[in-house]
Amino acid sequence: MSDTLDQAVPAAPERSASPRTAKDYASDMEVRWCPGCGDYAILKAVQKTLAELEADPDRTVFLSGIGCAARFPYYVDTYGFHTIHGRAAAIATGVKLAQPELDVWVVSGDGDSLSIGGNHLLHLLRRNVDLVYLLFNNEVYGLTKGQASPTSPVGQVTPSTPGGSLDAPVHAGRYVLGCGGTFFARVPDVAQAQQVEVMKAAHAHAGTGFVEILQNCIVYHDGAWSTVTDKKTAAERQLWCRHGEPLRFGEGGAKALRLNAAALTLEAFTPGVDGEAAEVLVHDAGNPMLARLLCELDEPTALGVIHRRDAAVSERRHHAARPPQRREPAALQELLNGSDTWRI
Amino acid sequence: MDEPKLGEGALVVRFAGDSGDGIQLTGTRFTAAAAFTGADVSTFPDFPAEIRAPAGTTYGVSAFQIQIGRRTVRTPGDRVDVLVALNPAALMVNLDELRPGGVIVADSAAFTDRNLKKAGYAASPLDDGSLDGYRLVALDVTKLTAEAVKPAGVKARDAGRARNFWTLGLVLWLTGGDVAKSAAWIAERFKANAQLVDANTRALEAGHAFGDTAELARVEPVLEAGPSPLPGGRYRSISGADALCLGLVTGAHLADLELVYGSYPITPASSMLHGLARLGAYGVDVFQAEDEIAAIGVALGASYAGKLGITGSSGPGMALKTEMLGLALAAELPLVVIDAQRGGPSTGLPTKTEQSDLLQAVLGRNADSPLPVLAAATPHDAFEMAIEAIRLAVRAMTPVILLTDGFLANATEPWAIPDLAALAPIERPPHGTRQPYEHDPETLARPWIPAGTPGLRHRIGGLERQDGTGSVSYEPANHQRMTELRHARVARLADAVAEQAFEAGGTDDDILVVGWGSTYGALTSAVDQLRGEGLKVAQLHLRHLSPLPRNLGDLLAAFDRVLVAELNMGQLALLLQGRYARPVASLTKVAGRPFGIGEIKNRVRAELGVEA
Repeated sequence: MSDTLDQAVPAAPERSASPRTAKDYASDMEVRWCPGCGDYAILKAVQKTLAELEADPDRTVFLSGIGCAARFPYYVDTYGFHTIHGRAAAIATGVKLAQPELDVWVVSGDGDSLSIGGNHLLHLLRRNVDLVYLLFNNEVYGLTKGQASPTSPVGQVTPSTPGGSLDAPVHAGRYVLGCGGTFFARVPDVAQAQQVEVMKAAHAHAGTGFVEILQNCIVYHDGAWSTVTDKKTAAERQLWCRHGEPLRFGEGGAKALRLNAAALTLEAFTPGVDGEAAEVLVHDAGNPMLARLLCELDEPTALGVIHRRDAAVSERRHHAARPPQRREPAALQELLNGSDTWRI
Repeated sequence: MDEPKLGEGALVVRFAGDSGDGIQLTGTRFTAAAAFTGADVSTFPDFPAEIRAPAGTTYGVSAFQIQIGRRTVRTPGDRVDVLVALNPAALMVNLDELRPGGVIVADSAAFTDRNLKKAGYAASPLDDGSLDGYRLVALDVTKLTAEAVKPAGVKARDAGRARNFWTLGLVLWLTGGDVAKSAAWIAERFKANAQLVDANTRALEAGHAFGDTAELARVEPVLEAGPSPLPGGRYRSISGADALCLGLVTGAHLADLELVYGSYPITPASSMLHGLARLGAYGVDVFQAEDEIAAIGVALGASYAGKLGITGSSGPGMALKTEMLGLALAAELPLVVIDAQRGGPSTGLPTKTEQSDLLQAVLGRNADSPLPVLAAATPHDAFEMAIEAIRLAVRAMTPVILLTDGFLANATEPWAIPDLAALAPIERPPHGTRQPYEHDPETLARPWIPAGTPGLRHRIGGLERQDGTGSVSYEPANHQRMTELRHARVARLADAVAEQAFEAGGTDDDILVVGWGSTYGALTSAVDQLRGEGLKVAQLHLRHLSPLPRNLGDLLAAFDRVLVAELNMGQLALLLQGRYARPVASLTKVAGRPFGIGEIKNRVRAELGVEA
């Protein structure tokens, strides 16, 4: 392996005309994640999404912080900025402020987003900056060799927690909704088709399209999401949320969710067996309370676009509030003069 | 004699009272009235960290000092000639600053038992003879104001608010001024409320008339019309903070750039946030971020996307920005960072001045990470240095730190309004089709290729880059080369700035006084006076602290004695000794206040072995 990750520069000015393919968005850099890492599948899904969106690579920017996920921008042939730990959200906000029309994607991990970068993520979400935010959640610090992360479950044994992780984990969905996030989706790394579908929805959303990707770290936390992703149990464990459709899961959609009004929770039942079909909840992505309840579920795990609502976008608000521009030299000279002058 | 005495064409007035007494407003209006007569002025607002400290307490005293001269004045003055004390606490805190024989104007109504006790007086100093060494003018200002504003229909309990205008009127009379300028300001400022205009104008005029009818002896008629010590031209009053904001906007104009100012509230840098927030029409986007890190992050993101990112803070906030500065340096993106220094460490003295962030600015990052560091010397110099910071950032594709301080930010002086058309444009080399890290052979700067530029997409980041392509590189030789490039890029800026010149004297003198930043006024005045006494003292004042001016070593080598004066424990002295391997003497002060002229003169005399 060479000590240099090459980038072809300057990039070829024009690509083949559409339809584009995922390969059109692959950079020349050698991908350096561990063999079997879930990131490969995500990279492929993102490149496929960009192709389906016919994204202009010159108008697309990937930003990242630090961590395994943060190497992502090197592997996408767009503009890219690999920044510092936890701060990509802040830098991305500056990019959008300066050039609101750029298509910005932030790629981050659970430590980057929810530990060191938690404050920036909070403010990105409440401002509703118009970008796509991909959180690769593998419940572990991979690049620093396997320490417990803010999403590690209690009891997870790692080099930094030999007796098991002690503190309660952060749930990305609860965090996003609690911060006033306007879009929250969740998808496993192995669900290629659904990833593309969800990323396209996040991209179409005006505001922060936040996608939590359940990502497997094959080296330090292998099988973190296997109860969700295992083919044998997938039907029972995966609840795919689609706006306007019944919240059904299980083999052939035999099971469903209903509201337990007394307990203020969602509960699973089998229509026709222990309840009526009329009780089946229909997904309303625009309802933030339903989204919160869906995020609380563990068995089954809610996937897909869990929440999406319209709200004003930060940088548009910012630019709309800008006073009429007075950029001509005479206006600046007038400013320098001020209003209270005297002659000597 | 260390300070000019009464009658030598300059006068120092200090207004002091509770932080809710409108002291800063009174001081500002008095300054405007004085400057309007052609006098030279220099001001020093001195307010407590608490917004509204309990009334009558010593720690709640707010003050505003101004020196007015029919000759050049460069500082707010060492010693106060006229002290206006609106309560006992104000007298207690400020009496030490008053020269023997100086004038005290006191509001006797405020010298109640309760207020005296709060200020720590056992008996009223107005009656116990303790002020016999001064000229005491004790008046019931509260009552006199109430009587004056009565015809305006103001209730007695609201009349106290006009007390500052009555006092202003009196001090205008004492200094030979008239009320026209101040009355016009009141009419404009309160035009929405006719009663307020009436009441405040009455108070102002009554204070002025009182001096006349009571036949109070005038102190020093510095406000009487007379020749001005300033060069001819059109002037306005400017604070360091305002000059800096105007400089940033002007610099951006000269470089044909728009600005994004990312900031988080911190004293004393917030005045820039407020100042720039009002300049949205001039291509400035102000973004109040969630913290200091995001403030510089937003600025850096803006620079990456082709606008010029700027951030401002003070010492503790600078510490938080450090890692992002390293990224800006590694990513070779232009950025301007303004550090309005204050007393430290930690929270320290938020509203008091100090120059103790110099080493933090020059050296305070992990690894070998040089960047240009500039310092503004005076309020109007803040305008020039803001433009200079933008010029260097764009030229060398680097973050630049511009140091100001709490004193400079708040100090005001008359400013000869610059002619925009006479200012040189700031060149931005076109990126062409150069590779992302292809360094210009002269400036060693990479091209600025904003994200979104057609056909030139590339990836950058904090990992070490390959010289040229900008690809990630861990090659030993490349890291050596890139580190050397980062040093040389900053060092070469010395060729892009003027050689260091003497402020006074030259290499034939016996001692060289070296300073930087806001101590300029005190140092220049001190050297001026010492030279007037026949001592052979030279002076130079650094505006470029990294890189240091290319001829500085030669200038220092020409002197047997070099005295470095700064408001810290000797940081520039350390840098100069390290850089030029020569001993220097160090005059330091960390009292939260600027140098007095006298203390500088005493030290220079001591270095020369001369008696005062």
